[in-house]
Amino acid sequence: MSSTTNHVGKAPSRVEGPAKVTGAAKYSAEFNVPDLVYGYVVSSPIAKGKILKIHADKVLAIPGVLQVFSHENVPGLAWFDKSYKDDVAPGGSPFRPLHDDEVKFSMQPVALVVADTFELARYAASILDIEYKESTHETDIEAKRDDGHEPGKGKTGYKPPVRRGNANKGLAKAEQHIKQEYIHGAQHHNPMELFGATVHYHPNGKLTIYDKTQGVYNCQQYVTKVFGLSKEQARVVNLYMGGGFGAGLRPQYELFLSVLAALELKRSVRLSLTRQQMFSFGHRPHTLQTVEMGTGPDGALLGLKHSALHETSRFEEYTENVVNWSGMLYKCPDVHLNYQVAALDVYTPLDMRAPGAATGSFALEVAMDEMAYAAGLDPLEFRRRNYAEEDQNENKPFSSKKLREAYDEGARRFGWDKRPMAPRATKEGNMLVGWGVAGGVWDASMQKAAAKATITADGKLTVSSAAGENGTGTYTIMTQIAAETLGLPMEAVTFKLGDTTLPEAPVQGGSWTAASVGSAVKSTCEALGEKLLKLAQKLGDSPLKGAKFEDVEFVNGQIRLRQDHDQAVVLRDVLQTSGEREIEADSSAMPNPLTMQKYSMHSHNVVFVEVKVDEELGTVHVSRVLNVVAAGRILNQKTARSQVLGSIVWGISMALMEETVMDHRFGRYMNHNYAEYHVPVNADIRDIEVVFVEEEDPHVNPLGVKGIGEVGLLGVAAAITNAVYHATGKRVRQLPIYLDKLL
Amino acid sequence: MSGTSTPKSAGQSLPPPPAAPVTLRINGQDHHLELAPWTSLLDALREYAGLTGTKKGCDHGQCGACTVLVDGKRINSCLTLAVLQEGADITTIEGLGQEGNLHPLQQAFIDHDAFQCGYCTPGQICSAQGLINEGKAHTEDEIRELMSGNICRCGAYVGILNAVKEVVDKKSIALRS
Repeated sequence: MSSTTNHVGKAPSRVEGPAKVTGAAKYSAEFNVPDLVYGYVVSSPIAKGKILKIHADKVLAIPGVLQVFSHENVPGLAWFDKSYKDDVAPGGSPFRPLHDDEVKFSMQPVALVVADTFELARYAASILDIEYKESTHETDIEAKRDDGHEPGKGKTGYKPPVRRGNANKGLAKAEQHIKQEYIHGAQHHNPMELFGATVHYHPNGKLTIYDKTQGVYNCQQYVTKVFGLSKEQARVVNLYMGGGFGAGLRPQYELFLSVLAALELKRSVRLSLTRQQMFSFGHRPHTLQTVEMGTGPDGALLGLKHSALHETSRFEEYTENVVNWSGMLYKCPDVHLNYQVAALDVYTPLDMRAPGAATGSFALEVAMDEMAYAAGLDPLEFRRRNYAEEDQNENKPFSSKKLREAYDEGARRFGWDKRPMAPRATKEGNMLVGWGVAGGVWDASMQKAAAKATITADGKLTVSSAAGENGTGTYTIMTQIAAETLGLPMEAVTFKLGDTTLPEAPVQGGSWTAASVGSAVKSTCEALGEKLLKLAQKLGDSPLKGAKFEDVEFVNGQIRLRQDHDQAVVLRDVLQTSGEREIEADSSAMPNPLTMQKYSMHSHNVVFVEVKVDEELGTVHVSRVLNVVAAGRILNQKTARSQVLGSIVWGISMALMEETVMDHRFGRYMNHNYAEYHVPVNADIRDIEVVFVEEEDPHVNPLGVKGIGEVGLLGVAAAITNAVYHATGKRVRQLPIYLDKLL
Repeated sequence: MSGTSTPKSAGQSLPPPPAAPVTLRINGQDHHLELAPWTSLLDALREYAGLTGTKKGCDHGQCGACTVLVDGKRINSCLTLAVLQEGADITTIEGLGQEGNLHPLQQAFIDHDAFQCGYCTPGQICSAQGLINEGKAHTEDEIRELMSGNICRCGAYVGILNAVKEVVDKKSIALRS
């Protein structure tokens, strides 16, 4: 009998789908615990200066207002910076809310009003008088062009750029040469769900903290260190997250403020930020980049220089890998990469979907298009000629790389061979039509993760690990892996996540959850399988007697011999005859340092785009996008496709819409709302499609997966920019491409 | 720019308005609530009636996450006061269907993977039901346009379009036969 319990690689619908479509799924600000009081944050209107006085009296006199928390009355908390450092904090001194009278950035939280109702807290916050003394701020990276510095150690995952050969010598040999500057402004993650927390204050003083976060353990660690609590006193829970995109990697100030209020008032507290306040705690930084490259007679890259400068805050040194990708995506003997940051009076930037790579690949891939035209080559052919067979940054072979197959598959499906080389060659009515191509490379990472599995006598399996579900499909893929490993139908499996009472998982980021938590789930279910096999062998005349774990497989609710499928026992019979009520196993998984040393492990993609540009209006319509991704094994075709479709929407947004605009007179983001911070709506999205090329990778991790949450964003904005050039003959080097750039 | 900011007007702050009984008819059931008159319908649903399926994404009518049906018409529940909806028939996502008894739109959203994080989803589904009630949308372009008041930051628009189209098509087939 063939298997009905092979779930991995299929396309099952999300197991949490019914909860999400009925409104039953509970997000952090939705746990209606008894006797809640409500907080409302007051944000600084100035970008730099001092708070002179908080006139709380008038507000405190209103019946129902319980407290105004500010630096004037916050109790002594942890003293050293290290207590405020979370798992993914960059170097420097983390911002401490309500710590002192200093204002370090616009919209800094300066007070928290707590009242009996949300409406009252909001009203009281709106009339709270605060006196400030303003001082001169600097917020413009353009003014810091000559003032950047190479960052120090940086945060986890930061790799200082590696140089090789002599780029100047390589460029001097070049027949064709380009050098251009590429810029994009600040962008904010803007998940749909507002950052918020519900802190349940239990009568024994313990807290259950429902917080919007991509890492419950990261938040628990922060809260326990800052407030001097034990782990038992601070349980952190996040069952559903209404989008993260990196915004929830670090503990945000709603967590600090709501826990502070709960502990001080000995009450359960709810606190939600406003959409405006969602622009006050981290962003993709405004980045200035220069790319220079040159080619020989056959179109081979002879030299490449890529430099980047972006802002960080005065108090932390934020880093991301912007330029490194340029040393590994194409073959080039002489490469000079340079990465700098400059401190400004803004909040610390924060990893935002494909941090660094989304920025760097935009510059590199538009430059590659410019170079292809300068060399008289088709942009895809130019990329093929400079295909990197190995990772030259690290001098290592790739664990797998099917980018060439992605080029072939994409070109065939898109009809790339029909593309005329010259710009402005195609017109439909009054629309100029252009095709562009670009791509990217992203890390296939893995972190340590643990899991636990319990099977009960009725054959129901519960697997748990404190991972996150922010729309990526974690519940579903872990259910698939667990069910397949033990040969069960998916309906028999429940996966639990997002709770510090469960085994530890890393923060939900870096596209590493599938690899890390997935491997832990697999290994845990295998450990449980070994126990089940032993029980099965205790049965009277068990057909599995003497069999080793490697000799059997778990399929269709049975344990059977791999060599003889008729030698089988029914799993439920084993459980029931064993007399055990439940059987439990736990295990963990971590990256293999030997394979990491030996191989460069990365996912790749290539994006083909068609745009239609109305030359009279300067409007750009993205009529077709094909994103071909080589990212190892795909666990769930449905949820994986959705992640890449979402990435395409993000890329369209980055290319044409998204930018947080600072008014430097005030040091303040001016379009801090959903009406003026533009993201695509349904009518902006046309024919977009995703293809995964087959990529077997025996080295990357036990599951062979590389993660697909971020790689799909790469290349999209560059491919659109390149298509706009092909349509109009105008080369845009600053995003977003608003219509003024085309008129 | 530097200097000292002056305190806000030293005028008296108005005392907050007292709560009063308000009856809202939600999903066919009367809810007797004590609400201050400045309570939005959205906050009344989430914080007072315990119906958290309706989501808050901006509180300014910019994102559509709080879409509910009032007398069959889709509205942003953050842009109306609860007291103004006394006597109206309010339908939220909880009223459309429940686990085990899903509304066709809810099932179609699952089948087409028309969401990722799920936070905009109740608003999308209520908006789609409102769209069907309006009887306007038939083509893909019309659906795209008329579903554009609901932002999905995960970018599930292809799935949303296909899910809504499937239910709209089934509806028109049923009407024709």
